[in-house]
Amino acid sequence: MSHFPPDATGLFVFGATHRTTPIEVREKLSLPAPTAEHLHADLARIAGLREYAVLNTCNRIEFYGVADTPDAAAKVQAAFCQRQQFAEEEFAKYRTSLNGPAAVQHLFEVAAGIDSQLVGETEILGQVKGAYAAAQARRSTGPVLNRVFQKTFQAAKHVRSSTAITEGQVSIANVAVELAYNIFGRLEATRVLLLGAGDIGEKTAKAFRSRGAGSLTVSSRSMERAMALASELDAQALPFEHRAEHLAQFDVVVCSTSAPEAVVLAADVRTAMRGRASRPLFLIDLALPRDVEAEVSKLENVYLYNLDDLAKIAEENRAAREAEIAKCRQIINERASALWKQVESQVTGGPNRTAPPIQPDQEAR
Amino acid sequence: MFANFADRTWLWLAAEFYLVGFLLGTWSLLRGGKPLNVATYFLIVAGYVMQLTGLYLRGLAVGGCPLGNTFELFQFTAWSAISLYLVVGVTFRTSLLGYFTSCLAAVLTLVSLAIPAWDSTRSSGIFGNNPWIEFHAALALFSYGVFGLLALTALMLQLRNYSLKNKRIGGWFSFLPSLFDLDQISGRLLVFGVVLLTAALTVGSVHWVQNTATVHWPKLLTTVSVWACYAIALVLRIRGQLGARRFAWTAIILFTLALLTLGVVDANRRNPATPAASRK
Repeated sequence: MSHFPPDATGLFVFGATHRTTPIEVREKLSLPAPTAEHLHADLARIAGLREYAVLNTCNRIEFYGVADTPDAAAKVQAAFCQRQQFAEEEFAKYRTSLNGPAAVQHLFEVAAGIDSQLVGETEILGQVKGAYAAAQARRSTGPVLNRVFQKTFQAAKHVRSSTAITEGQVSIANVAVELAYNIFGRLEATRVLLLGAGDIGEKTAKAFRSRGAGSLTVSSRSMERAMALASELDAQALPFEHRAEHLAQFDVVVCSTSAPEAVVLAADVRTAMRGRASRPLFLIDLALPRDVEAEVSKLENVYLYNLDDLAKIAEENRAAREAEIAKCRQIINERASALWKQVESQVTGGPNRTAPPIQPDQEAR
Repeated sequence: MFANFADRTWLWLAAEFYLVGFLLGTWSLLRGGKPLNVATYFLIVAGYVMQLTGLYLRGLAVGGCPLGNTFELFQFTAWSAISLYLVVGVTFRTSLLGYFTSCLAAVLTLVSLAIPAWDSTRSSGIFGNNPWIEFHAALALFSYGVFGLLALTALMLQLRNYSLKNKRIGGWFSFLPSLFDLDQISGRLLVFGVVLLTAALTVGSVHWVQNTATVHWPKLLTTVSVWACYAIALVLRIRGQLGARRFAWTAIILFTLALLTLGVVDANRRNPATPAASRK
């Protein structure tokens, strides 16, 4: 067993995240449900491990615990590596560990989304809540982790409501959906046409579908492919050669064909707009070479965005979120320090029993 | 202390509250915040209450609806726009609408207060003790308030169109409602305004046919022209012949013209001018 971590009594966290661990390693470290069950049985038998919870997402595997003995955290790591059949020495290369107030601060930052790969994403809070609920169900949490996790949820909500960390979409597909909201307000009555069966077009169509778009139609140069994708997306299929004559029926057109020339012509759009009264048309051109003639953007009530336009907006949003991190950290610092003062005595059994802090194996931030 | 305030004092206070609300919204926008927060909304509501008090005192002094000079016409129009905003605002994503409405109200009230000549004289007996004529005038002015709010939503529609066409959706553009919502609410305001003005002119016409000499032709012509222009815009919109952007420009231009006609309406009072109402 590798030497890990020295004097790790009290509150600790260790694990591997997207910050230090490449995706091919994270794939190997990810805990499938059956293995997780066995691992929990192993952890429950570790002497000196008073409380624990496991956060297992596609971007991180982290163990939060309260240890009464210096070797408890090391035993958790050993049990994990054994179950995953992963060499401990290898795991130590990617591992990040923190303890005491730094562990609290870390959990706050994770839950608030500022430690996420897509800064400010909101899914992580649900995952942290899920991890805590699972730990509670196993009765592996106690007074310390219960308080830490509950305060974590409050802190995460406060950070989100008082900063702009979650504002603006940062993926191409979500930026496209956000733009549609800016045009149509609600998507329930919006009819979406997907031209082409490219991967990014499919993702965008799925984003529209998941946000409640009224109807989805797929049209591809290969009718067979269009029907397969339509079946997958619970959509209708439209023969590609009929796209122009049906254009007026759609509010959003997502283009991602690999056609060498434009497949949506300005003349077709002009004709379609005559049949749409004052209802706008949103064209999303995700293809290279482009699928929509550029002069379409000059037509009244027509809004054309290509891949570069969407990427630029996503990048601006990402930069805006990054700029909010300092403000988030300040809020989290204050709350984490206050919480640590409340739980310190429970963690260590009193201020005089505070263990020396463990230095992070790797600088996480 | 407040009991001794004259009507104009209340109206000055209201104008200042609207102005501070607008400036606070501007400051918030420049700092990347929302243009309308609890503080600015409070300022608008407080300004509205003060303006209502001022108009009420003026109404008591003149013994009727205070619509006797250009100053009062501007004040009543601003008050109408704010009234409607307070109703519409709760059902609509109106962060920027509140901001623009406070701007419109501040401009209308401050301009009317800053030009003493507009309030140095006022026509008396313009309603001839006929409550229907008073109702006609109030209704017509309220419709101007509706058209004022329509001009603001039309302006927001133009800004939203600009932001989408030029791929600038961040910053304060993010506080704008969707293009579709703006188009919808503008359409509803147009219908509401035209219905109110039609009702006002109908009531007025009943009195006018009995005595055509009571209304000067310039006033009749401008008022009917304003009504006709808005009615035509409504018909064109219903027939789908007025796109969102053109409709928005039409609403902005028509409201500007409608404001200009207020001077014509006031200048054509038939009765001899009398000193302005009470100034405590």
